[in-house]
Amino acid sequence: MSLALETRDLTKTFDVGKRLMRPPKAQVHAVHPTSLNVENGETLGIVGESGCGKSTLARMLVGLLPPTSGTIEIEGLSGGSSPADFGRVIQYVFQDPVSSLNPRKTIRQILEAPLIHLHGMGRTERSARIDEIFDSVSLRPEFLDRYPHEFSGGQAQRIGIARALAANARILVLDEPVSALDVSVQAQVLNLLADLKDELGLTYLFISHDLAVVEAVSDRVAVLYFGAVVEEGRAENIFASPRHPYTRLLAESAPVVGRPIGGQAQGELPDPMNPPPGCAFASRCPRATDICRTDRPELRPIEGDQRAACHHPLDP
Amino acid sequence: MGGYILKRLVSAVPVLLGITVIVFAIMSLIPGDPATAILGSYATPENVEKLNRDLGLDKPLVQQYFIWIGNMLQGDFGRSFALNRPVLDEVLDRFSATLVLAGAAFILCAVLGIIAGVISAARQYGWADRAITVAVILGISIPSFFLGMMMILFFAVRLKWLPVSGMYAIYGGGDLPDLLRHLAMPAIALSLVATGVVARLSRAAMLEVLRQDFIRTARAKGVGEGRVIWGHALRAAMVSIIPVLGIQAGFVLSGAVYIEIVFQWPGVGRMLVDAILKRDLLLVQGGVVFVAACYVFFNIVVDVAQSLLDPRIRT
Amino acid sequence: MSTFIKLLARNRLAIFGAAVLGVIILLIVVTPLLPLPDPDATATADRFKRPFSDGFILGTDHLGRDLLSRLLWGTQLSLAVGLAAALIAGTVGAAIGIVAGYFGGRIDNVIMRAIDMLMAFPYILLALAIVAALGPGLLNALYAVAAVNIPFFARNVRGVTVSIAHKEFVDAARLSGMGHIRILTTEILPNVLPVVIIAMSTTIGWMILETAGLSFLGLGSQPPQADLGSMLGEARAALITAPHTSIVPGMMILLIVMSVNLLGDGVRDALDPRLRSGALSRPMAATLVRRDETPPEEAETEAVLSLENLQTRFEVGSRIYRAVGGVSLAINPGECVGLIGESGSGKSVTALSVMGLVASPPGIITGGAVRLNGQDLIGAPYRRLRALRGDRVAYIFQDPLSTLHPLYRVGDQLTEAIRVHHRISRDAAHERAVKLLEDVRIPNARARIRSYPHELSGGMRQRVAIAMALANEPEVIIADEPTTALDVTVQAQILKLLDDLRRDRGVSILFITHDFGVVGQLCDRVAVMYAGRIVEEGTTAEVLDAPAHPYTKRLIACVPELGAGRRELHAIPGLPPAVDQLPHGCAFAPRCHKATGLCATSEIELTGTGRKVRCILPEEDVA
Repeated sequence: MSLALETRDLTKTFDVGKRLMRPPKAQVHAVHPTSLNVENGETLGIVGESGCGKSTLARMLVGLLPPTSGTIEIEGLSGGSSPADFGRVIQYVFQDPVSSLNPRKTIRQILEAPLIHLHGMGRTERSARIDEIFDSVSLRPEFLDRYPHEFSGGQAQRIGIARALAANARILVLDEPVSALDVSVQAQVLNLLADLKDELGLTYLFISHDLAVVEAVSDRVAVLYFGAVVEEGRAENIFASPRHPYTRLLAESAPVVGRPIGGQAQGELPDPMNPPPGCAFASRCPRATDICRTDRPELRPIEGDQRAACHHPLDP
Repeated sequence: MGGYILKRLVSAVPVLLGITVIVFAIMSLIPGDPATAILGSYATPENVEKLNRDLGLDKPLVQQYFIWIGNMLQGDFGRSFALNRPVLDEVLDRFSATLVLAGAAFILCAVLGIIAGVISAARQYGWADRAITVAVILGISIPSFFLGMMMILFFAVRLKWLPVSGMYAIYGGGDLPDLLRHLAMPAIALSLVATGVVARLSRAAMLEVLRQDFIRTARAKGVGEGRVIWGHALRAAMVSIIPVLGIQAGFVLSGAVYIEIVFQWPGVGRMLVDAILKRDLLLVQGGVVFVAACYVFFNIVVDVAQSLLDPRIRT
Repeated sequence: MSTFIKLLARNRLAIFGAAVLGVIILLIVVTPLLPLPDPDATATADRFKRPFSDGFILGTDHLGRDLLSRLLWGTQLSLAVGLAAALIAGTVGAAIGIVAGYFGGRIDNVIMRAIDMLMAFPYILLALAIVAALGPGLLNALYAVAAVNIPFFARNVRGVTVSIAHKEFVDAARLSGMGHIRILTTEILPNVLPVVIIAMSTTIGWMILETAGLSFLGLGSQPPQADLGSMLGEARAALITAPHTSIVPGMMILLIVMSVNLLGDGVRDALDPRLRSGALSRPMAATLVRRDETPPEEAETEAVLSLENLQTRFEVGSRIYRAVGGVSLAINPGECVGLIGESGSGKSVTALSVMGLVASPPGIITGGAVRLNGQDLIGAPYRRLRALRGDRVAYIFQDPLSTLHPLYRVGDQLTEAIRVHHRISRDAAHERAVKLLEDVRIPNARARIRSYPHELSGGMRQRVAIAMALANEPEVIIADEPTTALDVTVQAQILKLLDDLRRDRGVSILFITHDFGVVGQLCDRVAVMYAGRIVEEGTTAEVLDAPAHPYTKRLIACVPELGAGRRELHAIPGLPPAVDQLPHGCAFAPRCHKATGLCATSEIELTGTGRKVRCILPEEDVA
């Protein structure tokens, strides 16, 4: 298997309280040094709660946000590449299907943009390609000349997927692609994504806060907490036998029919302006010891290809 | 809180400097030299040159600017050649009269405008709302100087209720009732447009707030409608009304120029127009900088009021 | 565009403004053709003629010039100057605003500081300074008025641009390979344009006033050229002796500005999408009720809260959305009932209808009853409804950031909830509030009570909202998706809290959610809603283990369950119907694999006792 995408120590720091001449008042580390590998044809799931840095990470991967440090390697792209260079190899499907479509353009105009600007296609070629793509996301061709507000969330998300496909990129970053949709429609979109992947040999980075969805669609899963990967492993193992206490907390918190309410009574995210020196999860962790409060644990292999950043990993 | 006020005061310094730069830059665009304007076109070249030297106008612009600023910091705004009196003295005298007029008009527009706006929003599409909406449209469409003239015709000339013009009666005036009698018409004429604008924006702000979830929460708690409107909703709406009041204060100050002319009010606006027509540039320059500086400080007061209301700003 | 015209035409004030303005424009267009005397020809002998005397329709001014001629020519000039000033200010301001808003960062910072600087002047000072520098004259006055208004446009447009530039479609355009210029012109500009047009149409009147003002001061148009402001200025000296010379130009300014303002407001309203949907109307204190039949005021029930055939609809224009189409549901003392459905199923509207909290307009309750201990609430007068709200029936809403008042301390919001129903002292209420915060397990309650909502985390805020609901020990709490906005670990904490509280206090809960997992963990009974109706009801275990309605069964199958590994997910084809055009018969029939012709022919009743289903071909026998 060859690597489709590789990041090495990718970091993003935001300045808070920017001032004209002087340095900013504070910095927030949205993404701590993160190294990820995604193989061709694989689906890597990325889960985490709000504020864990998953969207920041995704935006860096597609070149919408320049990283503070670290590198991204996708078919020879480097940090200096423009969004257009990125656009040919990696595309993004947005969370909010409605706000990701310009309300004043027809669907055809929206789908044409990547064909014109990334591939310089002529008119007839474009028209044929658009029909082909539109068919592949199971939308009727008469929709092409309508405006975005005429579509339901699920249809709009199909259009968003069609636009990403139009760029002919091999890798798609799917940022919470179904969380704005109702469950009955959610499955339609997820199944479409699975079919497209098989047909076109795509590679997915699937970002979500919904553990069950991520588990259902991913090969491997990375769990993010407070801007860092705390655990990584095969989708079928990671929630079934989590090694990081946070992963276990996540898995237990998800409401499941027939199981008493789980999770724990107290504790929330640390203040990003004032991050703790050691493990970010230490204050909520039942296993935390002194070392957890002083030293930040590194991501290390625990068993097989399951890795966790924990001083006291759980037993399976 | 003290820290916030201090921060705002410090941030006013570059704004004040910017104001002086803009005023100085605009004034230096003026074709011809002030000395000729002062001495008249029959002056000899020697006299013009001498006066230019006395005024420091032979120096480079940047140097002139710093000399001007330095003098102003020491309270020396120069001398008005037309009035032959220090600019600052004249400006201070005139500004106090403007302050009385504009202050009265501002209070009127704030109080009446907000009350009208809230009632209008609370009774949306009712007769009170319609009446206020029509009144507001008329109010913001009528030129204040025309309104002032019509008020003079009606209340002073026809009904003889109020004096035609001036700030005090020439004989036997000077007390507060006399001032109020003179103030009534100009203050009302001046406040009308601003009242309309405040009412209309207050209405919009209230309508926006009344749809918010926290209003539903208040109702769900069983809070009475009066308290929902005048308490919960108005307080939240004030967050967007207060900046409007700050802007309206500038409009009231601006409108004062017309009203002062119509009602012969001895204020700074009339002084500026006279000075422009007489090309008394030092008086224009000094007057503009002084009034602008006062406005900047007024806006700091507005910001502080805003931060007292909205805890989210302070942090 | 056609909807824009249609909306504009519906606005009577705007039509009036357009008509007046149309007449004025027509007049000034034909002015050169009219047999009018030269507006600048003086005739001292004819000074101050009254209107309609000696052939002067509007009389003459202090130099004996014909006022009608001067008025028409002056109007032409004033309108042209005002329009030009608005166009210049609008174009330049919008360009600055778009650039600052789109590029952000340092460019934005520098531009906006300069704008702030200009806005630090009361506008007339700047205009006066500019006129002083350029010298009096109409063109210079135009420049001054335009320049003074640029900051207003720039600031306005920048604000809108920033919000648009952060929309996801702009990111998408960048990934489509578009450059900055193309994004600015094809993505940003079309979305900003309505705002610019609105700002221009609402300020043209103002610009006309301002140029007239400068001319009035003698700084605009110079004699003998007439514009409306200078006519008024020259007439002022003779205000008392010849008032008509002032009234004629003054009234014209008033007419022009008023008609422009009315039309401008009409344009603004027609372009504002929120006004179109009626979203800007103020919700009233209680939902409107318009029932055809009035059910008895009292009825015997065991349930603490019972809904009987409740119907709520939204009337937007000519469309009627039947959000709740006859819902019956009973909640017994101490029971937790889940009401589950997808978005648009009417579950939240049902919940809000109970205490008349559906926003109205456009919401109207058109039928049925809601009984609290047997007493109907729908027909109850507002005073009684208010007394019960928060006291006997309390609500917890979805997003605690928007449902708590941002400007009041949480302690004040809590004590208010107590004091609107109980006459107790401020101190006693404060102590009670501290106790409530401790009850919902907020650490360090005595200090936290002084916090503002924005200083708390989402989970803490929702605890405050729960404390507020508990404040008066209500019999029923209606929780409308209280954990949907929260992260899953925090959601578990809040659910645990709610579960403990209801068991300790014996309070009944109506729990609105879209999540079967949450229902399964919290509720005793559950009702499933689809397209405004309950399609299935029963104990939680029955409904989840053996769903009887095909919709319930297939919906449960759609929900991926944790721990089952990678797999194909089940989907329901099609979309839920729009509630303004519900199909005949079963609303689910078009998506149902079991549907027969019978499903669409007639109304299908909810059948069964205790365990109920609205289906003629149920998956399970419920009888």
